[in-house]
Amino acid sequence: MLKLKDISIKLGEFRLKNINLELNKGDYYVLLGKSGVGKTVLLEIIAGLIKPDSGKVFQNNLDITREKIQNRKVGIVFQDYSIFPHLTVKQNIAYPLKRKKINNSNKDELINKYASLTNITHLLDRNTQNLSGGELQRVALARMLVSNPNCLLLDEPLASLDIQLKGGLRNLLRQINQSGVTILHVTHDYEEAIALSNKVAVLHDGEIIQKGLTKEVFRKPANEFVANFTGIKNFFIAEFTPINTAKINKTLEINVSNKDEITKGKIIIRGEEIIISNERIESSATNNFKGRIKQIIPYLTNHEIIIDIGVDLSVVISDESLRKFKFKENSEAWVSFKSTAIKVIP
Amino acid sequence: MYKNKLSNFDIVLLILGGLILLFIISPLLSMFLATTPLQLFETTQDQEVIDSIWLTLRVSFLSTIFFAIGAIPLAYFLARTKFKFKKLVNGIIDLPIVIPHSAAGIAILGFISRDSVLGKAASSVGLNFVGHPVGIALAMAFVSIPFLINAARDGFINVPVKLEKTALNLGASPFRVFLTISLPLAWKNILSGLIMMFARGLSEFGAVVIVAYHPMITPILIYERFGAFGLKYARPVSVVFIIVCLVFFILLRTLSKEKESNNA
Repeated sequence: MLKLKDISIKLGEFRLKNINLELNKGDYYVLLGKSGVGKTVLLEIIAGLIKPDSGKVFQNNLDITREKIQNRKVGIVFQDYSIFPHLTVKQNIAYPLKRKKINNSNKDELINKYASLTNITHLLDRNTQNLSGGELQRVALARMLVSNPNCLLLDEPLASLDIQLKGGLRNLLRQINQSGVTILHVTHDYEEAIALSNKVAVLHDGEIIQKGLTKEVFRKPANEFVANFTGIKNFFIAEFTPINTAKINKTLEINVSNKDEITKGKIIIRGEEIIISNERIESSATNNFKGRIKQIIPYLTNHEIIIDIGVDLSVVISDESLRKFKFKENSEAWVSFKSTAIKVIP
Repeated sequence: MYKNKLSNFDIVLLILGGLILLFIISPLLSMFLATTPLQLFETTQDQEVIDSIWLTLRVSFLSTIFFAIGAIPLAYFLARTKFKFKKLVNGIIDLPIVIPHSAAGIAILGFISRDSVLGKAASSVGLNFVGHPVGIALAMAFVSIPFLINAARDGFINVPVKLEKTALNLGASPFRVFLTISLPLAWKNILSGLIMMFARGLSEFGAVVIVAYHPMITPILIYERFGAFGLKYARPVSVVFIIVCLVFFILLRTLSKEKESNNA
C-alpha cells in the first residue's frame, strides 16, 4: 500500500541513497537507525513535507511524490508531538475534522472514540500547556487517528517517555496497528522493533543495509553493524573448513558444527552460553581459550565481560559469579563454549 | 539576588538613569502643571479640538487596519521564505523610520499629487488625495508601517514551522493553516505591532503637514495654535492629546506584559 522507490536526497551534511521500502496493509514496519541518519527526513518525504531529489513514493500504486501534503492520507506524529499550544485537547483532536463535512454530533462521537482509545477522555477540556509527555503523545495520536490516515508515520514515539509510560504506549500502538492501521515507526531502539514490528529495515550511512521480517533480521543479521545495532554481541565473519572448524575474523580458529558444509558465513555466539573461569576447566566444551579481560560492564541484573581471546568476546555472568570468582579488568581468564552454542548463518 | 548595600557602581547607575528619567518626565510634567483644570475643561469643549482628535484617531485607526491587510501577509512571507534580496527588502521596510519625516511627506505628496499616476487616477473619479483624509492616512501609514511589519515578522518567526507542517499533514489547506495556526500564535506580536503603528500614526506631524494641512489632525492643530496664539494656547490641546496617546501607550505596555507572563 505504501512503496518507496529509489528515494535519494541530499540535505546539508547527510544524504539518503536509493531507499526502497514496501509496506503492506496492516504492517508494523520499524525503521532502525542511529540518530541523525535521516529517518525523520524519510518520514517527511512520505508525508510530502520535503521533496526528494529523486525517486518516487507510491500509495496504493498511485504516484504521490508530487501530491499536495493535505491530500495524502499519510499521518505523521513528530517526536516533539507538535500539539497546537493555543488550542485545548479537544480542539486539537477536532482539528482534522473541520475540513470534513460531518455534523457536530458525529464529530463528538469520533473525538470521544479516539480519546477513549488513547485514554485521554478526562483531558478533553484541558489546555495542553501542563500536560505530561505521555499525555501529549496520546493527544497527538488521537488527533492523527481522527483524520483516518491509511498509514501512520511515527517519529521516535517512545524516545522521550519515562520507562513506566513506554509500556502503556507500546500497548496502545499495538492496539492501533491491530485495528488495521499500517504503521511505519522510526527509532534507534532495537527493543522497540522486537516488541512491536513484524518487519524491520536498518538504515546506516544513508542506505538501508538490511530489511525483512523482524524475526529474520534479528536471527540473521547481514553484517556486524546490523548485529551490533540489533543488540547481538559476538557476531563474527567465519571461513569454514570441512573438518568442522572455522576461522573467525581471519584470526581465531574455533570448533564448530558445520552440518551444511558451507565455506563462508557468519556466526553468533550467545554471551550467556560462554563459561568464564580463572583456570582451564575440563568439560565437554570443545572451545577453550585463554584471554585478557578488557572491560567489565555492570547491568541491572548481571555483568558483561569483554575478554580478548584474539577477538573480543562478550560474556554475560551473574553478579554472584562475579563476586565469587573475583574477575578483574586486565587480568587473565579462560573461556569455554560448546560448538553447539555457535549459531551458523550462511 | 537582593543586594543589601549599594556599590559605587550602583550609585553611578542610579544617578545617570535618574537624570534621563527626569529629562523625559519634567517637560511633560511642567506642561501638565502649567495647565489649569479650567483650561483643560474648556479645551475638551472646543469643537475644533474634538473634531481634530476624532479625525486623528479615526484616520490612524483606519490606515492601520487597511495597511495591515497587506502588511501581515508580507511579514509572514518574510518570516518563512528565503530569497536572494531578503536583507535588502528588510532594509527597505525600515527606511521610513530612518528618513526625515518631512522628506517622507514630500515623497508622498509627489506620489499622490494630481501630476502623478495615482493622483490622476483618483481625480478621474473626483478624488483629490492632497488635503484629504486619504492623503493623511497614506502619510501616517508610510511612516508607521515598519513597526507593524517588524513586529509581525518577529511573531511569525517564533511560530514553529513544525506546527504548520503538522496542520498541513492533518489535512488543512495552507490558507487555513495561516488563519488557524500561524496567525493566532503570532497574534500577540501582531497586536503589539498594530497598536504601535496606530500610536505612531496618531503622533505623526512632519509627513502629514506636507500632504494635508487641512483637515487638521491634532499635531497640526497644536502647531497652528502655537504659531497663531502662542504657548499658552497650544499647551491645553497638547495635554489633552498626550492623555489620549498615553491611554494607548499604557494599553500597549499592558499587552506586551501579558505576552511576557504567558511566555514565562
